Amino acid sequence: MPEADLLSIRPTLMTSAKPAPILKSSHLLGIEGISAPEVVALLDLAETYATLNRGAEKKTALLKGRTLINLFFEASTRTQSSFELAGKRMGADVLNMSVKTSSVSKGETLIDTAATLHAMRPDILVVRHQDSGAAELLSRKLDCSVVNAGDGQHEHPTQALLDALTIRRHRGSFENLTVAICGDIAHSRVARSNIRLLSMMGAQVRLVAPRTLLPCDVERFGVKVFTDMKAGLAGCDIVMMLRLQLERMTGALVPSAREYFRFYGLDREKLSYAKPGALVMHPGPMNRGVEIASDIADDVDVSLISEQVEMGVAIRMAVLDALSRGMT
Amino acid sequence: MSTNRIAFRNARLIDPASGLDAKGGLLVENGKIADVGPRLFNDADRNDPEIIDCRGMILSPGLIDCRVFTGEPGAEHRESLASASEAAAAGGVTTIVTMPNTDPVIDEPSLVDFIKRRAAATAKVRVAPMAALTRGLAGETMTEMGLLQEAGAVAFSDGDRTVASARVMRRALSYAATFNALVIGHAEDPELTQGTASTESEFATRMGLPAAPALAEVLIVERDIRLVELTGARYHFGQISTRASLDAIAAAKSRGLPITCGVSAHHLMLNELDVGSYYTFRKVNPPLRAEADRAAMVEGVASGVIDVIVSSHEPQGADTKRQPFAAAAFGSVGLETLLPAALSLHHNGHAGISHILKTLTSAPAAILGLNAGTLAKGAPADLVLFDEGEPFVLDEKALHSRAHNTAFEGRKFQGRAKMTFVGGERVFSRS
Repeated sequence: MPEADLLSIRPTLMTSAKPAPILKSSHLLGIEGISAPEVVALLDLAETYATLNRGAEKKTALLKGRTLINLFFEASTRTQSSFELAGKRMGADVLNMSVKTSSVSKGETLIDTAATLHAMRPDILVVRHQDSGAAELLSRKLDCSVVNAGDGQHEHPTQALLDALTIRRHRGSFENLTVAICGDIAHSRVARSNIRLLSMMGAQVRLVAPRTLLPCDVERFGVKVFTDMKAGLAGCDIVMMLRLQLERMTGALVPSAREYFRFYGLDREKLSYAKPGALVMHPGPMNRGVEIASDIADDVDVSLISEQVEMGVAIRMAVLDALSRGMT
Repeated sequence: MSTNRIAFRNARLIDPASGLDAKGGLLVENGKIADVGPRLFNDADRNDPEIIDCRGMILSPGLIDCRVFTGEPGAEHRESLASASEAAAAGGVTTIVTMPNTDPVIDEPSLVDFIKRRAAATAKVRVAPMAALTRGLAGETMTEMGLLQEAGAVAFSDGDRTVASARVMRRALSYAATFNALVIGHAEDPELTQGTASTESEFATRMGLPAAPALAEVLIVERDIRLVELTGARYHFGQISTRASLDAIAAAKSRGLPITCGVSAHHLMLNELDVGSYYTFRKVNPPLRAEADRAAMVEGVASGVIDVIVSSHEPQGADTKRQPFAAAAFGSVGLETLLPAALSLHHNGHAGISHILKTLTSAPAAILGLNAGTLAKGAPADLVLFDEGEPFVLDEKALHSRAHNTAFEGRKFQGRAKMTFVGGERVFSRS
């Protein structure tokens, strides 16, 4: 990134003037609904937080006095801790609510939960829910900013943004890039958000999966679909693997883990079909020996998996920053 | 494979794959067809070590039987791969496509490998194994079609069971389409046919037989056609038996769907009345149908809507057949009557002989992707020599199969295999 650009998008805490707004909406519900300039601004801002996070003093006071609630209806170690860390580094008070074990099991509806939370006056609500559309429903019922941390099989926008940031750091831009997203596309919100974001930014997106893991009419997203992984990886710059849920490997959609690995697991042989120097990504947690061979996951020359986690915190800080700019 | 040269002269060569039907000769070298043509060996060359004078008999590609049950592994007392191959060779069948409903069920790559190894060690004809579509034929979870295909499975089938769940079938077809694998379905609604032994009709009512309506077949045919349309899988109905199914498949084919179908020799030759006085050797699956349906099957072969004729060879012992009709096992042996039964359509004026041979050679080869079923130069020398006019009466005691439960005992036929060659090797010769 040119030096001049870096200067123009400073973290808000460093300037006394009211920072320029980044997002038009007061929520981040999905990649659908945000524009390419908004994505670029978020990535640029996240770069500054990535730099900040590598220093000794990682804390800012931008969200001092603000309350962030992490409302997770689905267990998630890494996304929840990433948002928690982002909130704390921004100076907010962070409350983690794992609803799996509380009110819902007592029969409370999502709207009841929202009303309860509303009374606690949070400024930002980060929500992960097993049903598509849950984050949007909450955004309509609450005054605060809502960040979708994954809703059903719909969207996971901060994952797509952190993936984009990681890719941009290595490849500079998205133009002329070919990215293959491989695995359980049908059930993946990560895939849907990534398809939207990468296509919007000018990358060529390919999908690689057995037909049982491809959703209906996915070609209409402007992607190329492959059932043969070697053909799908041929000439790719980035290979993005998806997690295959263990319960999908018992014969309903995929006959077995060994067959899946044989035809859709990323190993050296299949990776050799991609462009020389192609990079490998995975949103985690990985199933070694199912969708990815251990030696590739651990190869620092090709695997960006650790960097994805690092960029996750930076992206979430940038998102919190961007949303706070619209707050009164 | 034989390294011998064999020269066939004075034959009527019929190769449905190329449309050839002419007098001529054929040369076999190193197990393959080295030359073929009308003028070959008009003058016999004394240097040829083996010359077979065909005396005007038909020399055609060996038959491919797409529906053969054997008892190996698990029920070798009924039929082994070796004994099935003896019957096949005697019937002019040079490739048998084996059903996966053995014990254990062929639903593991290692079991496909077992069939191939056993066949190589013991069988006289080629064996192309099918693997199960669902594990244990239970109709619940799909098999490892990718690995099974790599191991050598030519198609996926649950044998004579229908996958009851449309959801499971949809997913299995979708998964099969991923590997461009062929699925071979059996069409009988399992709920309607459970516990039945025959087709609902006045005859079944008079005989007091437990019966299912014939539409049990077309219900599944229609369902699977829709699922093929949704998933794009290659689908073959192993055997159909009713006009309603034929019409549905004709319509599906005209819509360009990748669907083919077969019919068994007994559904071409017999109707429900042939069960007569509870004759269990004619208890087959699906059951024999009304005469109008039988006639529709003949019409379907003639029109080409039905792609292949199969024997549905299913050996049963006295223990399973010498029972009251409802309790007896389904099935009839058929490898040795496949060619004679199919030829009856020619003798009765329903279809030309080349068209009939197509349903037994090039058509099944194309559907299954087998390198067989043609007299083309370079093809394996899998051949059958037969006199289509030779009359005979079927004697069950003369069958080569280990089981003798034929539905055609005492039937008068015309035309049967004189000699059979697999890879240039003579595997059968009738004196």
